[in-house]
Amino acid sequence: MYGFEALTFNIHGGYLEAIVRGHRGGLLTAADYNNLCQCENLDDIKMHLSATEYGPYLQNEPSPLHTTTIVEKCTLKLVDDYKHMLCQATEPLSTFLEYITYGHMIDNVVLIVTGTLHERDVQELLEKCHPLGMFDSIATLAVAQNMRELYRLVLVDTPLAPYFSECITSDDLDDMNIEIMRNTLYKAYLEDFYRFCQKLGGATAEIMSDLLAFEADRRAVNITINSIGTELTRDDRRKLYSNFGLLYPYGHEELAVCEDIDQVRAAMEKYPPYQSIFAKLSYGESQMLDKAFYEEEVKRLCLAFEQQFHYAVFFAYMRLREQEIRNLMWISECVAQNQKSRVHDSVVFIF
Amino acid sequence: MTDGGCCPTMDLLRSEPMQLVQLIIPTESAYRAVSYLGDLGLFQFKDLNAEKSPFQRTYAVQIKRCGEMTRKLRFFKEQMAKAGVSPSTRSMRDGEVDLDKLEVKLAELEAELIENNANNDKLQHSYSELLEYKLVLHKVGEFFSPAQKSAQSQQREHGVQSNSEGSIDSPLLQEQMTTETSKPIKLGFTAGLVPREKSMSFERILFRATRGNFFLKQATIEHPVLDPLSGEKVDKNVFLIFYSGERANSKILKICDAFGANRYPFTEDLSKQFQMITEVSGRLSELRTTIDVGLLHRSARLQTIGYHYETWILLVKKVKSIYHTLNMFNVDVTKKCLVAEGWCPVFATNQIQSALLRARMDSNSQVGTIFQVLQTKESPPTYFRINKFTSAFQEIVDAYGVAKYREANPGVFTIITFPFLFAVMFGDWGHGICLFLVTLYFIIREKKFSSQKLGDIVEMTFGGRYVIMMMALFSIYTGLIYNEFFSVPFELFGPSAYGCRDPSCRDAGTTGLIRVRRNYPFGLDPKWHGTRSELPFLNSLKMKMSILLGVAQMNLGIILSYCNAKYFGNGINIWHQFIPQMIFLNCLFGYLSLLIIVKWCTGSQADLYHVMIYMFLSPTADLGENQLFGGQKLLQLVLLMLALIAVPWMLFPKPFLLRKQHQERHQGQSYSLLHAIDDPLEAEPNSHTDHHEEFDFSEVFVHQLIHTIEFVLGAVSNTASYLRLWALSLAHSELSSVFYDKVLLLAWGFNNIFVLIIGIAVFIFATVGVLLIMETLSAFLHALRLHWVEFQNKFYEGDGYKFSPFSFTLLNEDDEA
Repeated sequence: MYGFEALTFNIHGGYLEAIVRGHRGGLLTAADYNNLCQCENLDDIKMHLSATEYGPYLQNEPSPLHTTTIVEKCTLKLVDDYKHMLCQATEPLSTFLEYITYGHMIDNVVLIVTGTLHERDVQELLEKCHPLGMFDSIATLAVAQNMRELYRLVLVDTPLAPYFSECITSDDLDDMNIEIMRNTLYKAYLEDFYRFCQKLGGATAEIMSDLLAFEADRRAVNITINSIGTELTRDDRRKLYSNFGLLYPYGHEELAVCEDIDQVRAAMEKYPPYQSIFAKLSYGESQMLDKAFYEEEVKRLCLAFEQQFHYAVFFAYMRLREQEIRNLMWISECVAQNQKSRVHDSVVFIF
Repeated sequence: MTDGGCCPTMDLLRSEPMQLVQLIIPTESAYRAVSYLGDLGLFQFKDLNAEKSPFQRTYAVQIKRCGEMTRKLRFFKEQMAKAGVSPSTRSMRDGEVDLDKLEVKLAELEAELIENNANNDKLQHSYSELLEYKLVLHKVGEFFSPAQKSAQSQQREHGVQSNSEGSIDSPLLQEQMTTETSKPIKLGFTAGLVPREKSMSFERILFRATRGNFFLKQATIEHPVLDPLSGEKVDKNVFLIFYSGERANSKILKICDAFGANRYPFTEDLSKQFQMITEVSGRLSELRTTIDVGLLHRSARLQTIGYHYETWILLVKKVKSIYHTLNMFNVDVTKKCLVAEGWCPVFATNQIQSALLRARMDSNSQVGTIFQVLQTKESPPTYFRINKFTSAFQEIVDAYGVAKYREANPGVFTIITFPFLFAVMFGDWGHGICLFLVTLYFIIREKKFSSQKLGDIVEMTFGGRYVIMMMALFSIYTGLIYNEFFSVPFELFGPSAYGCRDPSCRDAGTTGLIRVRRNYPFGLDPKWHGTRSELPFLNSLKMKMSILLGVAQMNLGIILSYCNAKYFGNGINIWHQFIPQMIFLNCLFGYLSLLIIVKWCTGSQADLYHVMIYMFLSPTADLGENQLFGGQKLLQLVLLMLALIAVPWMLFPKPFLLRKQHQERHQGQSYSLLHAIDDPLEAEPNSHTDHHEEFDFSEVFVHQLIHTIEFVLGAVSNTASYLRLWALSLAHSELSSVFYDKVLLLAWGFNNIFVLIIGIAVFIFATVGVLLIMETLSAFLHALRLHWVEFQNKFYEGDGYKFSPFSFTLLNEDDEA
């Protein structure tokens, strides 16, 4: 399984790895965040960002800025980076890069379907979609009335089609259904991505399996916490967990029966890597869990850059940029709403 | 060489004396003062707020305003580019434009333009919608008419009167339901346009959504159509869908929306169709004129903007840079004045003061600016007053390292030595003339070239045009000495000194030649060319010449180190570095040079390798036939001893003396501290100037050891390195003679016009490609190396930093590409 990556990796992957490492060098640093946190208004943020890689994307924005504009433009930069890399990529890296966007695709599908369920305007919903998760006939999702139609009409053409096999029912769509669909899709996606990475082998498999296992475990915890107190049965809950990761299988059994957050905590503390995350939280608290998980994720993603000749750097870069955009959004929101005391609540420093 | 003295100061040898100046400028005149200093371009401001982030500085608001204005200007530029209006290149100066007024004006213009654009877009939108509608009417009409004809004929056959011409209109959905007499079902249809690349998936989704119960007809439109929404040209298909049932209808509408397919109402009725077409055409032409008028208005507006554009953008840039500079100032506690610090050349003091005075007058300030020279330990920036001729040579030196403040600048010597060493390697006056013509072209078209953007390589050549010109002139000179014109010798300076003894020696003339005349007056005798002894003769000549040139240049380097030591008053460096180095180099290689000259003058047969090698191996042995002059053995012994003494002399005294100096200084400090109790005023500056870093003896000693080893080994290796002059010169002349003999003469020998043409072509390409471009590059690089390594390491520190004054003239240069 362990090929001689160092020998042959650079033939196809060398250029792009250099590109992605260059991009990584452009990520905002702690000093940048400190400066950003001191900004008085959104123009200050723009001024500060103009010295970073976001500069060209923001420079032509007229002055009364909105948070959404900043986020939109920053996302545009990420998308441009991604598209550039995708254009240059050859197999199997291009497939790997495409896999990265499937998560956004699932989110977009869910967003549109829930939106139409609540009778929102399709155009408005489309604007909210993440540009990385766009596909041709995404707007047609609004036509579908139930899962079966959803699949038959639209999704059969998308890469998500194979993931759908488990949730084709004729039930009418409702919020609960959709949420279950999202998680089922995500489960199938993660498992597929995991298998794909295992097939690639080498350092990619090694690092990606760690990153994806973390992702799967985090989703398992989130599913558990979110489903506490809902009508979801234990078996159904159990079905939503991905079949790999550190928690698989015994942790899943424990999580499946949890009835409150402290039980989740007890289940998780048996796993050393997660012990430190839960150690930061006080009992009964789940608010800060997201941030703790994000911090842990960022740490792991940064570590991916320590090793050479593998594809996980692309995944890590995309994830780090997304985290950075989340940070920027939070900071901009805080600045715009004069809530500067809360700035540090949700910002995850990358370096 | 020292400051002042008998001769005029050499501006290029030592950088300009600089001073650190503190300006205390009243707030009201600060802007103008900075602006005048920017015009002058001789003041480098220091950033006194380095720890503040950009938006915390005093003038952040103004900079933001400028950024906003640049954004507007960029918007105008974009609009102008779209409208095909180019900004007038000649920038007109319409006096002092006020920034505030300009800001207002720009905002107005922008608002106007945006409104204009919005109106235009709206019109364009409806225009392209109508255009699409027209297309739909045409194309769908084409679908319908044959179908209708066949239907009518069918009806006629069946003899059934069709009375259901009137169709049920549903105006909200803009579609029609028709009833066909033959079938009882109501069929609805929808017509519109869909982007071509989506048409396949469109059809597929329709099929899935209606479970195949639909009929779709598509027709391609030949030319791309303006999409009403995006305003871009898109390839589109006209489509017509028939379906049945209300649910299918709503589904199809949704799908159409999702695919960005524009739907248009359509009637089956031919007369109505015809009426609609004329209506649409009429409205189209109406809209066209409106749009044209709008566009005309807009382009006129843009034209006026374009007229001012250059001035405005320059002004905004200027203002922005002024505020950037102002942001580097400290605000005084009273907020009444700004404190600036910066470097300026001493000679510019008066100019700066008068500029400041002017600023005060013009802004009617009550208080003048205080110009105060500060004492500092900090090393000032290096500033040479260079012109377009010397700048390229200074670039060569700066690429290695910018001279330390007031250090002897090798750039002065580089102007001559660099082209000369190049020419030694590139000696051919034919090639020299070619190079010269090229640079002459660049120099004559200088004005034109400097104003336009050039390619990478042309830019480089153009930048170094004066260097290349000097190189070309020198290679003409050395080419005359080598007597080579595309490797062909000429008897330019009279007839050759050699002639034939008898008529049998015509061809190669190696053995039969005897000396018939006096020496050839200048350069190499043309008769050497092509003889069997040509190479040994030339090699020996060029090799020796290389060594002579090398030793001369290295000596110059060491002498310059003396100049530096003298200038900075560093006695240790003179006595314990310069003198032993001089002795060492000249005892070994100076002596070799002496031997070479003696050998040339006397025509002796002595073997110089043997002399040099046995000078070390057995200095006391007898020289035998290698003796060139009397007392040589004794001289050699003395020289060897001197050289041996010079090595420890270089190594040991300097670190010890430095340590002693340091200790003395420390003692002095303690004395002054004692005095300080009595006289604190006097002790203050003393203790202030003496905060030296710790003296680490071992480090200094190791450093000196490295330095000594480097010099001693370097003396040998550097001298050997100068032999590249010979090697490259040899390569050049051999290559060019190969091209001449084996290509041109060979082709000539065939007596065939085609072969001759091919031969000439190959010769020209080889000469230009290999000799003129590649060889020039390689000789350039070798000359560069000889200067950077062999010459400059003898004296040049090169750890200074460049003087980069705040100047408006530099603003234009870093224009966006």
